[in-house]
Amino acid sequence: MSSELVKKYFRYNRLPHIWCPGCGHGIILRSVVEAIDELGYSKDEICIVSGIGCSSRAPGYLDFNTLHTTHGRALAFATGIKMANPNLKVIVITGDGDCAAIGGNHLIHAARRNIDITTIVFNNNIYGMTGGQYSPTTPQGEKGTTAPYGNIDKNFNLCELAKAAGATYVGRSTAYHAKLITKLVKDAIQNKGFSFVEAVSVCPTYYGRKNKKGNAVNMMKFLKDNAVNVKAAKLLDEEQLKGKFLIGELYKSIEPEYTDEYNKIINSFQKER
Amino acid sequence: MEKKVKLMQGNEACVEGAIAAGMRFFAGYPITPSTEIAEFSAQKLPRVGGKFIQMEDEIASMAAIIGASLTGMKSMTATSGPGFSLKQENIGYASIAEVPCVIVNVQRGGPSTGLPTSPAQGDVMQAKWGTHGDHPIIALTPSSVRETFDLTVKAFNLSEKYRVPVVLLLDEVIAHMREKIEIPSKEEIEVINRKKPEGDIEDYKPYEAKDEDLVPAMASYGEGYRFHVTGLIHDETGFPSNSPLIAEKLIRRLIDKIEVNKEDIILFEEYNLEDAEIAIVAYGSTARSAKSAIDMARDMGIKVGLFRPVTIWPVADKVIDELSKKVKTIIVVEMNLGQYVYEIERIASKNCNIISYGRVNGELITPDEILDKIKEV
Repeated sequence: MSSELVKKYFRYNRLPHIWCPGCGHGIILRSVVEAIDELGYSKDEICIVSGIGCSSRAPGYLDFNTLHTTHGRALAFATGIKMANPNLKVIVITGDGDCAAIGGNHLIHAARRNIDITTIVFNNNIYGMTGGQYSPTTPQGEKGTTAPYGNIDKNFNLCELAKAAGATYVGRSTAYHAKLITKLVKDAIQNKGFSFVEAVSVCPTYYGRKNKKGNAVNMMKFLKDNAVNVKAAKLLDEEQLKGKFLIGELYKSIEPEYTDEYNKIINSFQKER
Repeated sequence: MEKKVKLMQGNEACVEGAIAAGMRFFAGYPITPSTEIAEFSAQKLPRVGGKFIQMEDEIASMAAIIGASLTGMKSMTATSGPGFSLKQENIGYASIAEVPCVIVNVQRGGPSTGLPTSPAQGDVMQAKWGTHGDHPIIALTPSSVRETFDLTVKAFNLSEKYRVPVVLLLDEVIAHMREKIEIPSKEEIEVINRKKPEGDIEDYKPYEAKDEDLVPAMASYGEGYRFHVTGLIHDETGFPSNSPLIAEKLIRRLIDKIEVNKEDIILFEEYNLEDAEIAIVAYGSTARSAKSAIDMARDMGIKVGLFRPVTIWPVADKVIDELSKKVKTIIVVEMNLGQYVYEIERIASKNCNIISYGRVNGELITPDEILDKIKEV
């Protein structure tokens, strides 16, 4: 199945990818493509936009309409694309630094508008491409090349942020829970509005090594042991949930969608004529 | 559209011109003295089926117009000095990715937040060198409300034709001045659209420049040609490359596509230069004061004329070189402490005397002041 997916949706001549051995991004990307495949969209209907960073090299490997933008600005470019051509299914692939630090403002405003864009954050908790500096999601106390004595910044909960800002679909999964990514991305794309999926990745090269997390297998095991599905979490008490994080569909609501609302304005003038 | 005579502000004429040229997407963030361009766009675009969006900041606005342009929409943003600074990174992106778009910069006093409501011409160098790296740019600078209309159309046409971001460099005086203008009819307005690819989807190379103009044909997202766009150095297929050969080839082509088409791009006005011994070089609202000063000086028997760059980038170097061989002195008058004068010096200092006359206090340069300068010479 996997190789069929690769043949169908990947730009074969662009492979192999640049990600390090043990990186979780490849697994996540495969799940994203699987979601698109299962939904049955044609390649021409999909537009994939990214910013800068490890995750953001993903569009180059995919045979859709693809755009690799400036650092942090993927959502702003994507907003222009979606507004100009609402027929395109616009998917933003971004990283934790890209969407939560330099692009934090664009994230909250894209969510606030509830524009029909699906954002998937490949969260590896570190700046990988520039060599291991701490990011807005690096857990407090952990190390990065720019936090040699431990990071004192409080880390962001991106899903809470997206929800508070107005996203109408929010979900989280991990590179270990690949099937769940596919499900969440499918639901996110089908949600008419701003959808946000956090895919927790692993970076053994920088985050793992710097913080003595062991090899890629150990890091994947950490995801397996510490992620709790929202449904299962309901049966657990506070003590049992300590130190764990939730995965699954975290939030969903129905709100007016931005490009629809703008089209109403345009249509009101067409009636007038 | 029938011919309409209207009393109109420069900023409004800019929006009218943009819509006439086919602008159907505007993204912006309000900033004085450009704000009316966003306001008029918000009002007018949905009426013609176009779209307006007020983004969260200037950076996002620039990004959004690039995104919209990639779907085939003619797109514009408008700003002033501080916002123009913020847009620079993405202006560079539009240059390297060859995405047509128009950026209006209504200049105000700077640096930083400077003088928000006062005129200045301090962004001439920023228009050319604001973004990092070697890159092409076209910048146009009108001197009247009617010319603002015409040059906005021209800005879109050049942008589409050469796949390059075009800067429309206004100053606060032209932007807020009201003049009676006759809006040309639809038939009178030349509208140029980007070159579209032909042939097999499989063979499409988004950055292959087959023609003499060095401009590749451009597909839109969603119409079947699936292609990749990046701000990284890329080859003809659009995919990134670290090859020194490819890097050099791309950057040189980007520069050359403007160089080889200079004749088509460069516009200028000459006024009373035939027998002139002194030439004034001035642009935007300053050129209007210069014209009055020249008329007064001519009445006194002083042989002085005006060279007004309309295309401020690229520079009309051949014409300025010729001019400098005919006159004894060139006075460059601008609302800054000497920016365009560097270009004039570069081209002409071997041939004639060059004087820089500038002002940065947020007030216009008056005809009398220019006249005094002429008399001094």
